[in-house]
Amino acid sequence: MPDTPGKNAIEVRGVRKVFGTGEAQVAALDTVSVSIRENEFFTLLGPSGCGKTTLLRLIAGFDFPSEGEILLYGSDIAPLPPFKRPVNTVFQSYALFPHMTVAENIGFGLEMLGKPRAEIDARVAEMLKLVRMEKLAKRRTSQISGGQQQRVALARALAPQPKVLLLDEPLSALDYKLRKEMQIELKRLQHETGITFIFVTHDQEEALTMSDRIAVMSSGKILQVGSAREIYDRPAVRFVADFIGETNFLDASIDSIDGGKAKVTLKSGATISATVADGFKPDGDATVVIRPEHAKAVKGKGDISGLVENVVYFGTDTHVHVRLDDGEAFTVRQQNTRGAMVEFERGERVGIVLGDDAAQILKD
Amino acid sequence: MATAAEIEKQAEAREIRTRWYLSAPALIIILLAASGPLLIVLLYSFLTPGPYGDVQWKFSTEGWVSVFLERDIFDDTLSFASAHLTIFWRSLKLALMATVATLVFGFPTAYFIATRSERTRDIWLFLITIPFWTNLLIRTFAVLQVIRNEGLINTALINLGIIDQPIQMLYTDFAIMVGMVYVYLPLMVLPLYASMEKLDFRLVEAGYDLYATRWQVLKRIIFPLVRPGVVAGSILVFIPAIGAYVTPSVLGGGKNMMFANLIELQFGQGRNWPLGAALSITVMAIVMMALLVYVRNTAGSEVRHG
Repeated sequence: MPDTPGKNAIEVRGVRKVFGTGEAQVAALDTVSVSIRENEFFTLLGPSGCGKTTLLRLIAGFDFPSEGEILLYGSDIAPLPPFKRPVNTVFQSYALFPHMTVAENIGFGLEMLGKPRAEIDARVAEMLKLVRMEKLAKRRTSQISGGQQQRVALARALAPQPKVLLLDEPLSALDYKLRKEMQIELKRLQHETGITFIFVTHDQEEALTMSDRIAVMSSGKILQVGSAREIYDRPAVRFVADFIGETNFLDASIDSIDGGKAKVTLKSGATISATVADGFKPDGDATVVIRPEHAKAVKGKGDISGLVENVVYFGTDTHVHVRLDDGEAFTVRQQNTRGAMVEFERGERVGIVLGDDAAQILKD
Repeated sequence: MATAAEIEKQAEAREIRTRWYLSAPALIIILLAASGPLLIVLLYSFLTPGPYGDVQWKFSTEGWVSVFLERDIFDDTLSFASAHLTIFWRSLKLALMATVATLVFGFPTAYFIATRSERTRDIWLFLITIPFWTNLLIRTFAVLQVIRNEGLINTALINLGIIDQPIQMLYTDFAIMVGMVYVYLPLMVLPLYASMEKLDFRLVEAGYDLYATRWQVLKRIIFPLVRPGVVAGSILVFIPAIGAYVTPSVLGGGKNMMFANLIELQFGQGRNWPLGAALSITVMAIVMMALLVYVRNTAGSEVRHG
């Protein structure tokens, strides 16, 4: 699926965004290019200040790029004001109009587009039903809860049937349970409406569970674009591996490379094989990346060994924190299954067995 | 032993008492300095004018009659006091025009200040309040210097060869308007700014995002949300404008009287204190009625935000 390039809803080409002038110049986006496909749930993921919100605001039209083009179904929208773009936004703070009712908020976009009253009313009713808010249509937005405001903000942005829906960390103000519910709700809405969603978040779990594809951003650049699985299993650079999920990093020296596989020697002297990221030609020293769940702690000898520092029980799984013989920290995550459980104690000597495909060599 | 409900009740009573104690100083000042004199004015309006001003302690409704009607000197018949009506109409018209004009000039000014960075805002606000440092009379004379026949504008226009004769601006309604707008503009800008500063500009972005043009955003989002400021500013300008005295006497030259000048005339050369008092009460009543209607019409749709 990822290799079949569908129609592109949004194409960002060489976009730079610089804030400030002279000495105080800051490049919030540094020559970013990315294509977002039609009907896709696309997530911009990164820590705060990575430029993800800036990119979203450029697509929405609240800011204009210093350089580059933004194409919406092939035509450049970068110079257009926001009210001329068939793109709507769900704001982080919802930004509902406090002087209007729920229904008036939802109908506002259609009204501004000059749609006839009957059509607006029908569409508003349809939207209220879609987000299950029929009963609160006449309420002021200050008289409804945060989760309900969230739904109204969604309905308001979806009502004009935009070509692309932009969502700027829309779930960050909700509590954990409500956030989980809304994640499912958002997926449902995206599925039912068939609109391309561009979702901005700093929450990796949110990104992994909801997205068709994810772009991981850092310091104004897009580091990797791919499905949740690709991003997690085959991170392109060290930052991506570090930012998404937990990761063990081990220093190693490379003995030989054959195709996508390398033989490396770890500091402890153990020799393991590791996959090399596409298009990366390491020489000499490298960092080996191993996910905690791809390693297994055993009593006795493994590929590497150390002393158990701590054991943390998480319900579904247990994390075993090991101090390796060469002084580095290593975490192993084991699933908890009834019966076949191996228990470790603090200070116990353990071996760590690395799966065939566990280790990867990444660019810094 | 007192139950929790009793203690709660006592606490409530104590709070109400505290509220009264705290507002007592303000209430006393208002009673002594505003309501008291007003009652005296009301009393004087029902007395007979003395020959050299002042009043004679004899009940009469003549003062109130002559607010609206004129007694013919020869046959004592009553006719409509059209002069008073004209003056009142001019006051009302000029005050309304000044309110609208300050709103038109003040709205963009306040918007400009509210959209600056936090630090520069203070500087702009400071600049807005500079005119308050100078006495009203001096400010009014400054306007006079600008618009009189040999003033800045006319001299400049003549020297540039655009006109050969000075344009008569001084001693016209236009002059009064210019003076009032100049003097009252800060009273409009400050409450407008206070409202706009609280405005969540993400709502403006949301408006643009939902296909509203700049004009529609102004009309449908910004204006309704800053309405409390518009109401406050309009009231603050309209009240002193309808009672304006210095500006019309200096810039209107006494020819174009406004209500305050008419009242002053009764207490001065007119030597008709009861009429002056009745006129004062009348203008107050009309202003209060206008405000009641205005506030009632806007209060229902007022919104809290922020």
